[in-house]
Amino acid sequence: MLEIDQALIDAMIAHARRDHPDEACGVIAGPAGSDRPERFIPMVNAARSPTFYEFDSMDLLKLYREMDSRDEDPVVVYHSHTATEAYPSRTDISYASEPNAHYLLVSTREPDTQEVRSFRIVDGVVTEEEVTIIPTLTQ
Amino acid sequence: MTVEVSIPTILRTYTKDAKTVPASGATLKELISDLEANYPGIADRLVDEAGLRRFVNVYLNDEDVRFLGGLDTELSDGDNVTILPAVAGGAGLVAGRAEPPADRLSDRH
Repeated sequence: MLEIDQALIDAMIAHARRDHPDEACGVIAGPAGSDRPERFIPMVNAARSPTFYEFDSMDLLKLYREMDSRDEDPVVVYHSHTATEAYPSRTDISYASEPNAHYLLVSTREPDTQEVRSFRIVDGVVTEEEVTIIPTLTQ
Repeated sequence: MTVEVSIPTILRTYTKDAKTVPASGATLKELISDLEANYPGIADRLVDEAGLRRFVNVYLNDEDVRFLGGLDTELSDGDNVTILPAVAGGAGLVAGRAEPPADRLSDRH
């Protein structure tokens, strides 16, 4: 199960809508070993494509160095599908290489409908999991 | 030539969970052979007949080796080599489009 703050879901959806019709991608990092997504990190889709995403190789190095120095894990790896459902494609499965991450997919195919689903992808096997959204506290 | 190699989570099954391991070689190709000698199976996850696998990024210090000499990139004592799987994917299959690449870093052999 993935537990995640509403504000992070909102930020991810806003990023996906902004980059539509291209796919948007990013990471939500959290303290190592905590399984708690906290730090929203939108990434540039170097492929700038409606059917493919890829982190730029130098951005990727910078991101992992930064997470390492802050003792963080990539708790969530997110991306959007812009014309199809929020379910991992064969491409998503073939590239998935973070066995401990929650792969969060958002579909922007319907402008007025929110479609967010979460998956584990390990050794080519996809397992959907429940998403529990925690209302963001406002002071 | 002793170099420190940073290993990504998905390949730590080969290195008994070590995040970094020492390895040696005058070039990246030799370094990968040395890794293979100590951690059998790891080389196949990094290279194929054509060279570095498409979905693997290897960096020498702060540079992607694709922009240096690829597998022939020369190494010096004290260098750092970082291996990171590409973070990529996407809806891909749209009617009439080609199949996505079939190989992947997470393949079991």
